Amino acid sequence: MKNRINTTLDSKDNILSIYFTAGYPKLDDTMKVLKQLEQSGADMIEIGVPFSDPIADGPTIQYSNTVALENGMSVQLLFDQLKDVRKTVSIPLIMMSSLNPIIQYGFERFCQKCKGIDVDGLIIPDLPVEEYIREYKGVVESYGLRNIILITPSSTDARIRLIDEHTDSFIYMVSSAATTGVNQNFSQDFEAFASRLKAMDLKNPLITGFGIKDKESFDQVTQFSKGGIIGSAFVKAVVEQEDAVQATADFMLQFQK
Amino acid sequence: MKTSLRPDERGYFGSFGGAFIPEMMQANVAELQERYEEIVGTEEFKNEFDKLLKDYVGRPSPLYLATRLSEKYDTNVYLKREDLNHTGAHKINNSLGQIILAKKLGKHRIIAETGAGQHGVATATACALMGLECVVFMGELDVKRQAPNVGRMKMLGAQVVPVSSGSKTLKDATNEAMRYWIANPFDTHYIIGSVVGPHPYPDMVARFQSVISEEVRKQLKEKTGSELPDTVIACVGGGSNAAGAFYHFLEEDSVQLIAAEAAGKGLESGYTAAATFKGVSGILHGSKTLFMQTADGQVVEPHSISAGLDYPGIGPALAHWFETGRVEYQAITDEDAMKAGLELCKLEGIIPAVESAHALAVLDKVKFGKDKHVVVNLSGRGDKDLETYLTYL
Repeated sequence: MKNRINTTLDSKDNILSIYFTAGYPKLDDTMKVLKQLEQSGADMIEIGVPFSDPIADGPTIQYSNTVALENGMSVQLLFDQLKDVRKTVSIPLIMMSSLNPIIQYGFERFCQKCKGIDVDGLIIPDLPVEEYIREYKGVVESYGLRNIILITPSSTDARIRLIDEHTDSFIYMVSSAATTGVNQNFSQDFEAFASRLKAMDLKNPLITGFGIKDKESFDQVTQFSKGGIIGSAFVKAVVEQEDAVQATADFMLQFQK
Repeated sequence: MKTSLRPDERGYFGSFGGAFIPEMMQANVAELQERYEEIVGTEEFKNEFDKLLKDYVGRPSPLYLATRLSEKYDTNVYLKREDLNHTGAHKINNSLGQIILAKKLGKHRIIAETGAGQHGVATATACALMGLECVVFMGELDVKRQAPNVGRMKMLGAQVVPVSSGSKTLKDATNEAMRYWIANPFDTHYIIGSVVGPHPYPDMVARFQSVISEEVRKQLKEKTGSELPDTVIACVGGGSNAAGAFYHFLEEDSVQLIAAEAAGKGLESGYTAAATFKGVSGILHGSKTLFMQTADGQVVEPHSISAGLDYPGIGPALAHWFETGRVEYQAITDEDAMKAGLELCKLEGIIPAVESAHALAVLDKVKFGKDKHVVVNLSGRGDKDLETYLTYL
């Protein structure tokens, strides 16, 4: 099965991936935000499945998770909302979720549904690579999905190689030791991490996430990786305005210059 | 299914356990997985730990035959007096064990989560003793209801960080501590206070707490001629005092093990923390275990009058012992617990922690028999809970 993530990686550089939380700020904003993101030039979208207790997320995304759950978002409702997504959205879509909502829904059923609506990949931050290989890889691959795994500056070379071996799209390069949404400068530490990875000559390209908030920081990380992922800064931009679609368009304007 | 005392190499007790953590925590947890057994197995570690337990904590804690309580329940009730430990609860055993380990791993800063504050106080104490920086995460609600312990932590030099996310209790303090660890991976050790979290924490904390059952065996032999009681009762939030009280009896089939879970306002009230009664298997705080959640996999906010038991799940080992039937679980309401706590005050002159009062309440639920020997783990003292008790007088 042709996977849009691979096609995008093959054809583009400086890939801009945007994360947003499904059902936020309003329950029926999911599809509207998706469409607007594509129209405004996003190359890839991570759709966040809200979870009550996300460990790796900072306050902004935690808040959006809480609001989305209060709005009534659920895994099933999200699949219902995305039923016809491919009629209007053609860029790669990735489901990002903590493991627990997926296994309560049924891991295979979740993958089957993703394939059914033409979602391309998964990011499950609390599913370590070893457990993935042991329990879930076969299922993920049988539905033509790409599982994207995070690496951080504290990941050993051996783990990075293991992750590289067991994925086939891109590796999510966490810019530094932090939860999501921490402002930072992409300084020497990040460059050192990027150099270390470059020297490893991995088969998968890298896309950087955590701490990218605007065009300037996006441009910084794309000097060292294939693209950048913006999450908290976008979620924050959406909450500060009444109209999520307008807020999305406004936020994305900076990347169109 | 056979009951496992120790986890397998992947950290599983039966179908529960493992290490489901984001990559950002991987290096720290892997370091513990690789080095903890080797370090705690050395004579040097054992000597330092044993010496501190004896001279600083005041161990062994007494095993007291509570005669008036025994008379009332027509059996022989022994109280394992963890409330007499320095800092007033069993938590100090684990905090000291982990802090020695942290020093050997070269960590400079300690973080901890706390509900009732007993683990926070124990960790702040251990940090003061060892001269290490200490940051304690505590839900805003618990900061209010456990004010004396907040004061104690501050006096001991710890920074107490109130957590305002979620239910503002222990679960959220745990989330926040994990997030802090993610952001500070190199010089920080996270002293988890219960038998929860990713492998190797459940095993490690249980082993540091197993001194409780080790002592009970010796003390009971001196008092009764037999090392084995008929029943051991302990309260369960995450399960650290229960794991410690049960540890050396798990493979003794003749010993009945009873865990008292906080049923809050009642199992069907929607305000409960009884994870084995109302929980299902899932992934929370880095391990697969039983916890209360919606059909959609969202954590259900727990409720208990006791801040230390106000947790939606139990540790994976406790979940395994439940699954195999090795440990029986009793649901104890807030009312049951308060009644049992006040009864101990009047009959024995001991004010138990509200957590421990849940274990005492089992005496009124189960018939034991005149000649039986029943050990109740009195996990902590109730000074911190005076206000709560006073409203029930």
